[in-house]
Amino acid sequence: MRTVSTFFWRRPYWYLALLLVPPLLWFGTVYLGSLLALLWQSFYRIDDFTAQVVREPTLATYKQLVTQPANIDIVVRTATMAIAVTIACALIALPIATYMARYASGRVKAFFYVGVMLPMWTSYLVKVYAWRQLLAKEGIIAWCFDKLGMSGLLEAALATPGIGGPSLSSSYLGMFLVFVYMWLPFMILPMAAALERVPASLLQASADLGARPAQTFRNVVLPLAVPGIAAGSVFTFSLTLGDYIIPSVVGAPGYFIGMMVYVQQGTAGNIPLAAAFSVVPIVLIFVYLSIAKRFGAFDAL
Amino acid sequence: MNAAIEFRAVARVFGDVRAVDDVSFAIEPGEFFAMLGPSGSGKTTCLRLIAGFDAPSSGQVLLDGDDVTYVPPYDRNVNTVFQDYALFPHMTVLENVAYGPRVRGVGAEARTRQAREMLELVQLAALGERRPAQLSGGQRQRVALARALINHPKVLLLDEPLGALDLKLREEMQIELKSLQKKLGITFVYVTHDQGEALSMADRVAVFNRGRIEQLAAPRELYSRPATAFVARFVGSANVADATLAAKLAGADSRPFAIRAENIQVHAESGGAPPDSVCAPGSVLAVQFHGAASRWQVQLDAGGVWSALVSEDETRRLNGLGVGARVKLCWPRAAAVSLSSGGAV
Repeated sequence: MRTVSTFFWRRPYWYLALLLVPPLLWFGTVYLGSLLALLWQSFYRIDDFTAQVVREPTLATYKQLVTQPANIDIVVRTATMAIAVTIACALIALPIATYMARYASGRVKAFFYVGVMLPMWTSYLVKVYAWRQLLAKEGIIAWCFDKLGMSGLLEAALATPGIGGPSLSSSYLGMFLVFVYMWLPFMILPMAAALERVPASLLQASADLGARPAQTFRNVVLPLAVPGIAAGSVFTFSLTLGDYIIPSVVGAPGYFIGMMVYVQQGTAGNIPLAAAFSVVPIVLIFVYLSIAKRFGAFDAL
Repeated sequence: MNAAIEFRAVARVFGDVRAVDDVSFAIEPGEFFAMLGPSGSGKTTCLRLIAGFDAPSSGQVLLDGDDVTYVPPYDRNVNTVFQDYALFPHMTVLENVAYGPRVRGVGAEARTRQAREMLELVQLAALGERRPAQLSGGQRQRVALARALINHPKVLLLDEPLGALDLKLREEMQIELKSLQKKLGITFVYVTHDQGEALSMADRVAVFNRGRIEQLAAPRELYSRPATAFVARFVGSANVADATLAAKLAGADSRPFAIRAENIQVHAESGGAPPDSVCAPGSVLAVQFHGAASRWQVQLDAGGVWSALVSEDETRRLNGLGVGARVKLCWPRAAAVSLSSGGAV
């Protein structure tokens, strides 16, 4: 044992290699390899007559993706939903994360962290189907509005073109609510982590120099929370872009990117188009990250 | 003329801990006032009460005659240099310094000019575009100072501002802070646990222990006439004879007293004693070399370990005496400072 330890102690690179080679092999082949294989598929095309994949590099599939209005609709619809969900999650998470990081201590803090994570321990499908019941026309949310005498409000929201529908469970509004509920923890946790790292003395210094609480929030807390918001928004944004279960269980009948990938590679058998669609979220996230970087979201890192 | 700061029977209680326990004092305008004490003695809590980060459980805090007990920090004309400097990491040095005017609505051009002047004052004019993370500890300290002074506060609060600096830099900054205070004529309230720092810089020093002020006096007074055993030990590293020991050494009706180590002479046990002095026999525990002098730790037969500061000449004269040797400690009667019985350590 001692000889082995000494061997590695005197040759730290061997030790590093021993540690890193297995996970790198796994990561390289299984993860990156399959991703590249998938991307490669998007440069094939399907023959319209035989429904066979033609294995010659071509941009025909991408051309189909960006020229057919139905496909563009899907991309725009998914991206709009992802942006709306991200903004809503950020707005809801900020006060909660601020409370968790700055004011709560001991048991209250533990309660909040467990409370935020607890829903993630439950089956995803159970939660989605439960939400469909909650949002149904005869569901508890509609009932609450009715009992509070605010049915008119709900009906007005459902009558709004674009986001409305016959009931919450069959409207984009309902789908939005479920998305926000599902991904909220992914926004709260990185945001709370970022805020936890802001020393209390910075807030005191700001007040000491004459800043009212709103100014301290705008000038000190928010800029220092931005890396956390950026990390959280990458989660909420990408999770919404890729999800296919929520759009198929709750909401209006329009297709989302994830559903399109599912349908194209399954029933339709159009692997190249499915692959091309799965490239879209990757591109959108790169665009999002470069915009965030330009606005200095990662400067404080 | 109103006092710059006045505490009237201020107490701050956390649970069942009395962090500040019925403290009253007044700080004169333009004074360099030090609050000295070990950690947990209540000095930093007092500073937070002046800054407004905390409110007292009872009592009143007055700034320039106005009751500010419940006034929030952003409405007090007081600024703070924090122990960890608390510089905003996402702003440049110049933006940090300009922050005070900025949140008070001063225009971009005017506040940049003011900030440059302040940076000039602390000799950092060249570093305005850097981020705090790119500065050394001493430079950060100066930025924190410039940022706190830009609002022209009536009172500047300094919370162990030199604690994180190395010895040489600390001594330089002590001199610089003192001359800056003279130049600006602002009241400085300086919190420290380093008695050397408090004695060398302050006009008056309040010695804190267990949430109370043990003694409030000018440095020389504090050093030569400590009022309590705590002050004698903490400020002068003096030897303290409590009531029992005092009775054994100087007679039954003697009060507790203190003697500083430099006033004690070490003699061989068999040797003669100087006139008009008191002697106590004991055994040498340790001799520590400190350069110009050596510190002799002696276990007194009457109880307690005392130390004597012996010059190198004297140490040579005591040639042959070392650890374990029998000696007697002698001090002139007049060097003993009698202490009030309060302030147990």
